[in-house]
Amino acid sequence: MGIESKLGNLGIVTTTLEQVVNWSRTRAMWPMLFGLACCAIEMMAAQSADYDMSRFGMELMRASPRQSDLMIVAGRVTRKMAPVLRRLYDQMPDPKWVVAMGDCCSCGGVFNNYAVVPGVDEIVPVDVYVAGCPPRPEGLIHGILTLHEKVMGEKIKDYA
Amino acid sequence: MSVVEKAVNLLRDRLGEDVQEVITFRDQTTVVLESSAIVNACTLLRDHAEFDFLAALTAVDYWPEEPRFKIVYQLYSLPQKVFLGLNVFISSEDAELPTMETVFPNANWHEREIFDMFGISFEGHSDLRRIIMPHDWQGHPLRKDYPLGYEEVQFTFNFDEIDRRKPYAKE
Repeated sequence: MGIESKLGNLGIVTTTLEQVVNWSRTRAMWPMLFGLACCAIEMMAAQSADYDMSRFGMELMRASPRQSDLMIVAGRVTRKMAPVLRRLYDQMPDPKWVVAMGDCCSCGGVFNNYAVVPGVDEIVPVDVYVAGCPPRPEGLIHGILTLHEKVMGEKIKDYA
Repeated sequence: MSVVEKAVNLLRDRLGEDVQEVITFRDQTTVVLESSAIVNACTLLRDHAEFDFLAALTAVDYWPEEPRFKIVYQLYSLPQKVFLGLNVFISSEDAELPTMETVFPNANWHEREIFDMFGISFEGHSDLRRIIMPHDWQGHPLRKDYPLGYEEVQFTFNFDEIDRRKPYAKE
């Protein structure tokens, strides 16, 4: 940071490549529409006007996995849907992150039977779990911000 | 005479011995029939008694009593606005019924659901395959001798042992 004091108002900042890459990844992360059940309503509410997620960079939700980086699994995953979920996760290009929104995809939620997979972390590796049934839009935004902190702390040694 | 009473008398006249009993409970009427006469009964009710809508078609499992399954048909008359229930009892060795698809086309999916959940097959059905569970699932979940399929709850005292057994996803 010493060189900035010499350059004054030239408008130059020095930083590391790692910080720039992480900063750009968090500020423009596009989620994939993966609302399965009731948590999808809260995800839609978080995306819309009152609790805006566009101010965090998630301007739009892409329906296609090829064009998104974040998969917000919102709702319970049944055994019939599980291979589909895995296939869509595999189709997302790197870097990708997963947020398990709600109780049903974190741990099975209220369901403990033959039809619901108890926790989506049996199918895809999850980065952030958001608790709640359903979590309030503010809760989901808190989860997104936690994910941002996690991504800002990633080391370039791990992926480069 | 009310619409329902006329319909029950029509069934008694045409089917005779196949009508096993008629139960009336708080203005709901249910007719218990032989399994061989059910398609005939529904055709009669649809054509001559104005019961043109199959409102519900489900099954009940009474394991370990015999007869094991009870199939419940609820017919509704749209012009007269009354319900009539029909029950059919079948046993577990002979879990087969003629299909209702020719009489009421919406019975297609209802019978697929009964086949998926109880294992009762319907002869003459055009497309009898699983509708709710994955297509290669073994077993019929809503039978009484099907295991509940739950997993042990992970509290703090058994957190580590369940954590070791849980199949987490790899990358």
